[in-house]
Amino acid sequence: MTQRTIVALKVIVWFACLGPVFYLVFKFLTHDLSANPIELITDTTGTTTLILLLVTLAITPVRKFTGLNWLIRFRRLIGLFAFFYIVLHFSTYLGLDIQFDWHQVSIDLTKRPFIIVGFVAFLMMIPLAATSTAWAIRKMGGKKWNLLHKLIYVIAALGVIHFWWKVKADHSQPAMYGSILALLLLARVGLWVRSKMKRPPSRKPEPALVGD
Amino acid sequence: MAIKKLSDIPYSEITKKAEYLDRRAFLAAAGIAGAGLVASNFLPEMLSPKSAFANTKLNFTKSDLSTHGEDLTPEKDVTTYNNFYEFGTDKDDPYKNATKFRTSPWTVSIEGLCDKPQKLGVDGIVKLDSNGLEERVYRMRCVEGWSMVIPWIGIPLSAVIKAAQPQSKAKYVAFQTIYDPKQMEGQQRQILDWPYVEGLRMDEAMNPLSILAVGMYGESLPNQDGAPIRLVVPWKYGFKGIKSIVKIKFVEKEPPTTWNRMAPEEYGFYSNVNPNVDHPRWSQATERRIGEFRRRKTLMFNGYGDFVASMYSGMDLKKYY
Repeated sequence: MTQRTIVALKVIVWFACLGPVFYLVFKFLTHDLSANPIELITDTTGTTTLILLLVTLAITPVRKFTGLNWLIRFRRLIGLFAFFYIVLHFSTYLGLDIQFDWHQVSIDLTKRPFIIVGFVAFLMMIPLAATSTAWAIRKMGGKKWNLLHKLIYVIAALGVIHFWWKVKADHSQPAMYGSILALLLLARVGLWVRSKMKRPPSRKPEPALVGD
Repeated sequence: MAIKKLSDIPYSEITKKAEYLDRRAFLAAAGIAGAGLVASNFLPEMLSPKSAFANTKLNFTKSDLSTHGEDLTPEKDVTTYNNFYEFGTDKDDPYKNATKFRTSPWTVSIEGLCDKPQKLGVDGIVKLDSNGLEERVYRMRCVEGWSMVIPWIGIPLSAVIKAAQPQSKAKYVAFQTIYDPKQMEGQQRQILDWPYVEGLRMDEAMNPLSILAVGMYGESLPNQDGAPIRLVVPWKYGFKGIKSIVKIKFVEKEPPTTWNRMAPEEYGFYSNVNPNVDHPRWSQATERRIGEFRRRKTLMFNGYGDFVASMYSGMDLKKYY
């Protein structure tokens, strides 16, 4: 994989990740944001967050099973886009949906489990996004950094729960995302078992950044 | 029914009728009967509507019971943003998936504890009210926290009930939606316990605000809005307004209702609009009127307290939500 190909692929990934924003802007400009635009924006940004979280989580297992090691170079980018969309999602709720009604916020954050769960996931993503730079990794040390970024599993699980609890009757979509998440976690277990079997016990652990 | 002249029939209706003539049946019939016979037997039926309520303009008077001082929700929003899980759970699924839904012929069975049970078509039901169709502009508050203002066209439910002559034992009225998974793809999955059922207490059903709607915005109901005939009870959350009704039954005990069976702690039998009783998962204090940016306060009984509050005096509405 040459540097030029990586750059070209990054451009494509940028455009793909911005797709939902383009979609919403296009719908806005053509007055086609449905009868309930705020709901459509909330749903679109929320779903996109969940999808990108799952893509981020898929990179390591796919990389290890296929040997396509260059995939790791896209993980931070996609993870940061997931953060971008959760910020949009939360801002839509706060700014457009309840329109900075702080009383409503206090009720939602104490009485509404699905909002609490979503908010906790949002809070957890902040340190992850903040420590996404090479500088932060150096500063923290790979071990600590890896440990912190294990939060991504919790965040994705909370995301699925948030979606599940929000739905009225048709759980097919959250169930789909939940199954994918379960599959990805299972893949990790598989990888872990494989590495235990292959690796002689005396061998030094892999450099922190390459694994996770 | 008067036979319409060809020129009276809207183009949309002709295509609609033609759509549901199964092509193979048509060809088979043609093979047996010969082309001439087909033309004389089938074409008039294709061209003259069996029911006056398929995509047609309706004649109606304006009701005094209409809600005043509200802007109507754009018809486009009322026809593209629907909760009608029989056609799918996305808001635009009913709009997309109900186009071929067959609403004619249609039979509603009126049965149970009554002296005059009957099976009627939509035209027959409308005739039960001697005043003819009337337009009722009502607010519609969805349990999800959005609302619309819709000019329904229909008849008072009380007219139908009176015609059936319910017995004194009849305390409730139960309603049922058609069950037809072939036409309603949402029914192919067990999202809800099909067929959809709803119910009202007898006094609620007899309340002058309760109507059976067969149209809106001057025309017959679009399929995605509950064609050919649906319930509208504007002081209750929208899901009480059961769509595409095939059965109206008088019963002694409180009948089961679909959403209550699905999640009893979230959806009660009464489901009156009440800003003081939250849905367990979200607030009911405010709502977003479709087309508006700011949320507005939800009104007790959706603003229809003058007509309906007395029916619930003495009841603990936190318990009977």
